[in-house]
Amino acid sequence: MSEERRKLVEVENLKKYFPVKGKLFEKKFVQAVESVSLSIYKGETLGLVGESGCGKTTLGRTIIRLYEPTDGRIVYDGVPIFDKAENISVKMLPYRRKMQIIFQDPSGSLDPRMTVGEIIGESLDIHKITSSRGERTERIRQLLDEVGLNTEHANRFPHEFSGGQQQRVGIARALAVEPEFIVCDEPISALDVSIQSQVVNMLEDLQESKGLTYLFIAHDVSVVRHISDRIGVMYLGCLVELAESYELCSHPIHPYTQTLLSAVPLPDPEKNKTRQRILLEGDIPSPINPPSGCRFHTRCPYATDRCREEMPELKEYSPGHFGACHLLEQNG
Amino acid sequence: MEEYNVPLNIEETVENDVPSGKEEHGENDVLLKVEDLKVSFFTPAGEVKAVDGISYTLGYNEVMGIVGESGSGKSVEAYSIIGLLQNPGKVIGGKVEFEGEDLLAYTPEQMRQFRGNKVSMIFQNPMTCLNPVYTIGNQLMEALTCHNSKPAKKKDENGEPSPEGEEPEEEEYTHVSKQEARQRAIEMLELVGINNAEKRMDQYPHEFSGGMRQRAMIAMALICRPKLLIADEPTTALDVTIQAQILELMKDLQKKENTSIIFITHNLGVVAEICDRVSVMYAGRIVEQGKVNDIFYNPQHPYTKRLLASIPRLDEETTERLVPIEGTPIDLLNPPEGCNFGPRCSECMKICLRQKPPFAEVGEGHISACWLHYKDMIDKGEAEK
Repeated sequence: MSEERRKLVEVENLKKYFPVKGKLFEKKFVQAVESVSLSIYKGETLGLVGESGCGKTTLGRTIIRLYEPTDGRIVYDGVPIFDKAENISVKMLPYRRKMQIIFQDPSGSLDPRMTVGEIIGESLDIHKITSSRGERTERIRQLLDEVGLNTEHANRFPHEFSGGQQQRVGIARALAVEPEFIVCDEPISALDVSIQSQVVNMLEDLQESKGLTYLFIAHDVSVVRHISDRIGVMYLGCLVELAESYELCSHPIHPYTQTLLSAVPLPDPEKNKTRQRILLEGDIPSPINPPSGCRFHTRCPYATDRCREEMPELKEYSPGHFGACHLLEQNG
Repeated sequence: MEEYNVPLNIEETVENDVPSGKEEHGENDVLLKVEDLKVSFFTPAGEVKAVDGISYTLGYNEVMGIVGESGSGKSVEAYSIIGLLQNPGKVIGGKVEFEGEDLLAYTPEQMRQFRGNKVSMIFQNPMTCLNPVYTIGNQLMEALTCHNSKPAKKKDENGEPSPEGEEPEEEEYTHVSKQEARQRAIEMLELVGINNAEKRMDQYPHEFSGGMRQRAMIAMALICRPKLLIADEPTTALDVTIQAQILELMKDLQKKENTSIIFITHNLGVVAEICDRVSVMYAGRIVEQGKVNDIFYNPQHPYTKRLLASIPRLDEETTERLVPIEGTPIDLLNPPEGCNFGPRCSECMKICLRQKPPFAEVGEGHISACWLHYKDMIDKGEAEK
């Protein structure tokens, strides 16, 4: 990691609510992201884990403003690109060259009627990156080569590729504009086990050679742990814990993180037998009607009255290790 | 090119050896025996050999895991056991014996009787398997009444496998009264950990969460007390904390109900968690089979080894670079002449590209299909030439 630790992306109290149909004149919202604050340093990989519906994808998309934030502030490289309080909302097109996204479903995110060359070339055209036709073709070739595809693949259509190859096309498209920051939204969960590691390695190589910064979103804690420098854990729209990845996996402080980690089945039969497992009762509550206070209190084995009333804030408990839980405060 | 015939003898001995591990159940120890099962899909593009000659046995009270990537034939194999194979797919060879009866010879009506009573299945996506316009209770009771099973008076596990040849259907069909069925359904829901079972009975699938639906599916599968449960990726669609709950539940029920389980998954963690024995499949063939500890601590087949090395692990200290398996799975329309894994194998030899490898016994009840186990012999053969 770079020594200076420059903050590339800063997010403060970011909120994203989606309106849903209520009864007549009744307004209801899915509170997908609730007051999340975090910073992403240049050159690092920040992992985001959480179960489905916890808002990790929404957070990723809101940060690059594919969704318009409901409230909060986003700063990219020192420049505020969104600030609700000060009514700042910049034009995103120049920033799209710096921030890109890789989507989960590789086939769904590629236009079936465009060839791979057209898909990758489209962003080159929009941002007017290449000046001549020859240069454009050359750039597309170079990109395909970088993601491990053959140059003649440029004339093929997405359906002619396997899932792993389609995901490579998606990555090439994101790289086309030479971004600094890429949101990887579950880039490998649709792929086969033996292909996953190929893509993970490629993402790591690309990061090294191009100095990329990743926000890596996945539900598989093992993968996130492998690729990330730091990990944030989300539950029902809130960031509950944030720490260096080894620290988080070895000394989780939030009860939810502890459960999440203990629920991951290890590929090790003996360890599974001896391991203490924390089982949660029930399911994730609905984000339309989230529980009062700490959102985890309905399933938390240690919940107290305070947890039911007051929402805990994310605080630093040891250097670089943040947690949002009232219990931590009491224990000092 | 001469063919190496010697190893084939070894394969036979291995097959005889496999069941002997489960002696304590007496002579009746094999519940399910699959022998050289071959399933092909006849597509316009040609014949796809989805399952290409697999054999295994499953004992009573045993959990067998079948691991493989998508397209390795693990689901197709299970579907053909239970007779749910979709149209272009056909069983073209082999034998499937359940308690000594040949399942492949069953008529559709016999098969219908057999499913649910003796074998049932849990699928990956519970929402698509539950009928959205009927209540959960309704569907549970239907499973019970349709399969004309008596609400078990007591567990008669070692009891004679009730005269199963011809179905005493009409007679038994009436045995389950509506009240009885309802009572049993409520019991079942409670057993799978659904609170408020009475109330839940009258709710529709959309009122259940994903985890609850999968619980309801398990309840439905087990309501007739089948001897064999086939679970096809039952936790893949679930979140990891819910997955942990369902796995605990299945382990629990497996002990209580003495059901054998075939657990199909691609998640090696889940396999390590729940299975007694594991078969690793690659491109329609079993490449390695053994007890769960043998597979995880002492893998012998290159594919198993590489697969285990390629997954990131939560419990390791360092984050070393992953060692991926290069290449992509083979095209089943044009399978290679030799070992299916050969084109991706780093230790591939000449023979691997010419001839399919036979099984070698590499440990007690641990078999692996790879030419590397015959390396000495092959080297000698080459030298003699």
